[in-house]
Amino acid sequence: MSASDRLDVRKTYKLYIGGAFPRSESGRTYEAFDAKGTFLANVARASRKDARDAVSAARKAFAGWSGATPYNRGQVLYRVAEMLEGRREQFIAEVMAGEGLRRSGAGDVVDRAIDRWVWYAGWADKIAQVHGSANAVAGPYFDFSLPEPTGIVATIAPQESSLFGLVSVLAPVIVTGNTAVVVTSYSRPLPAMTLAEVLATSDVPGGVVNVLTGDSTEVGPWLASHMDVNGIDLAGVSDADLATALEEAAADNLKRVLRPGLPAWDVADPGIHRMTPFLETKTVWHPIGV
Amino acid sequence: MFEYAPAPESRSIVDIASSYGLFIGGEFVDTRDGHTFKTISPASEEVLAELTEAGPADVDAAVAAARRAYDRVWSKTPGRERAKYLYRIARILAERSREFAVLETLDNGKPIRESRDVDVPLASAWFFYYAGWADKLAYAGLGSDPQPVGVAGQIIPWNFPLMMLAWKIAPALAAGNTVVLKPAETTPLTALLFASVCQQAELPPGVVNIVTGAGATGQALVAHPDVDKIAFTGSTEVGKAIARAVAGTDTKVTLELGGKAANVIFDDAPVDQAVEGIVNGIFFNQGHVCCAGSRLLVQESVYDEVLERLKRRMATLRLGDPMDKNTDVGAINSREQLTRIRELSEVGDAEGAQRWSAACELPEHGFWFPPTIFTGVTQAHRIAREEIFGPVLSILTFRTPAEAVEKANNTPYGLSAGVWTEKGSRILWMADRLRAGVVWANTFNRFDPTSPFGGYKESGHGREGGRHGLEAYLR
Repeated sequence: MSASDRLDVRKTYKLYIGGAFPRSESGRTYEAFDAKGTFLANVARASRKDARDAVSAARKAFAGWSGATPYNRGQVLYRVAEMLEGRREQFIAEVMAGEGLRRSGAGDVVDRAIDRWVWYAGWADKIAQVHGSANAVAGPYFDFSLPEPTGIVATIAPQESSLFGLVSVLAPVIVTGNTAVVVTSYSRPLPAMTLAEVLATSDVPGGVVNVLTGDSTEVGPWLASHMDVNGIDLAGVSDADLATALEEAAADNLKRVLRPGLPAWDVADPGIHRMTPFLETKTVWHPIGV
Repeated sequence: MFEYAPAPESRSIVDIASSYGLFIGGEFVDTRDGHTFKTISPASEEVLAELTEAGPADVDAAVAAARRAYDRVWSKTPGRERAKYLYRIARILAERSREFAVLETLDNGKPIRESRDVDVPLASAWFFYYAGWADKLAYAGLGSDPQPVGVAGQIIPWNFPLMMLAWKIAPALAAGNTVVLKPAETTPLTALLFASVCQQAELPPGVVNIVTGAGATGQALVAHPDVDKIAFTGSTEVGKAIARAVAGTDTKVTLELGGKAANVIFDDAPVDQAVEGIVNGIFFNQGHVCCAGSRLLVQESVYDEVLERLKRRMATLRLGDPMDKNTDVGAINSREQLTRIRELSEVGDAEGAQRWSAACELPEHGFWFPPTIFTGVTQAHRIAREEIFGPVLSILTFRTPAEAVEKANNTPYGLSAGVWTEKGSRILWMADRLRAGVVWANTFNRFDPTSPFGGYKESGHGREGGRHGLEAYLR
């Protein structure tokens, strides 16, 4: 029997919640196909309950992750990039299949995704110096402002760009200390689940990133109206009516909202504009005296 | 308490017109489709002037004037020239400070001591600070060539009418935007007087437009399709409505909303200083302060001492004529607000907390509420959860720093917090853990144009003041 005749061992794709890989509590799956319409896998279809479990896991992880030193967060995220590099071939295969790219194009996408992850990892211990300030108040106070993570950010990931797009919206959220619940590309979910496997075997604590495959029109409204979610990124929402409905629901507890398309993630230099919307500025007035 | 002879500030420095139009395109104009309403002095219920309640056509005209001024003049005016207009405004506000202080106190009911020493100087300082930014925007860390947003609609509350105007207009203009500002319906007069400052400064017509009115006027401004940015300071309820109203549009929004700030007193705090801070935290401006220290958290070991000294200090507060230079506590801004304060205080009684107010005589006319504390308050009580926006303090206790943090953060709000301790490391330990946008240590209710101010959670988003305050007005 030659190698090519060997029956391959297929992977069961599940959700990634709180550092574990559960099936959807709903028991539902849907079929993912490659760009030519060939069956790739059965993928878990996340439910309302899964979304709530993910938020709960993200809340549990928040104190530890936001309280970690920025140096530590930077190291942990850089380690993720190292492991992404190690899975390069797998990502290329999945991007080729899902996005219908040739090998060279898919390789380029994976390179950009890894480089972007490294770029954001380096921001962990620099954002406070760039976005904070010492304020020259007219009085005997040392007055300073520092950025702090907003809390739990729900993200509807870009639907077309299933790896580079995902990295470009996820990394800026967690590098500053937020925890995340991500709804992946619906039709191209595999790179996101491989990224979840990378995260699970890296040093990122469970619950910092929670990955839901499924339909954002179903799960999105639960996340947008969830009172323990503090921010929502609508990057992957293409339906204007849905985007409006999610933003309206987000107003219930005044979530910080990133509307679809803004700020652009698909640019060579995204700046700090995807980090600052999910940062709060804390100003401290510290007395000066003897 | 010492007896003081009355020392009223003269109101002759201010000329109040019997009626006012809207300030659109650099001049006062009559309404197109609006109505009239009156503004009164809350200390006497005397009618001060008749105002215009701007209708949708008025708002439309104001936005059109702002757009014209933006397209034709202001967006082409170099930063160094915009700076000089703002410096002029800062200077004129300082020159006419007494006039503004008197008018603010008449219309708002706050003590003249506060409008004279806090509101008006800070308003001038705000323009002076942002003036200098107008030609330095490339250094604000928001990109090498930041651009103004366009026309800003700004809606401000009644608690610090002129100061809130300055917080809104100064950064907007420095960044190159033009504005349509709506002051609160109970306190429109200093905004209209500010129109004359714009005229004296020869600010190009249409750069600043002021439309008076109530909620409907504000809604028309929020809903206007040609407004690029909404800046709102007010209640969390209205803030959420605005967030819903702009959903799905390109309109940028910043919201500075309510609060229920914890003021945390540790057992090593200098008690007299802390008591002054408690009083300033909750009774400054009759407690009409979104960042008021309305939940006092006292460490159990010093509870009795703090409470006793607080009561003693409250007994010396002078409530009465806001125009009197000795007055500490002025009038409640409106009958509506007084009703709300009374209702929530009655809820405090009904839920079992113990109310105490210093004996003081309330004037016969006008709206008054004595400085009040509630003890025996639990975290479940409504007076510990809801913003009262009046001179009412809820007192709770704690044993450990961790418990103080837990209780302080147990609120959907996150605007401000206070920490009182002699230990610097504890100040920073607390500051690190408090989920609030401003943390005052051994002080409270202090503001500065260089210092970013704004909330976490349901206290809103965006910052006013400092370099951060420019971000809302640039893209």
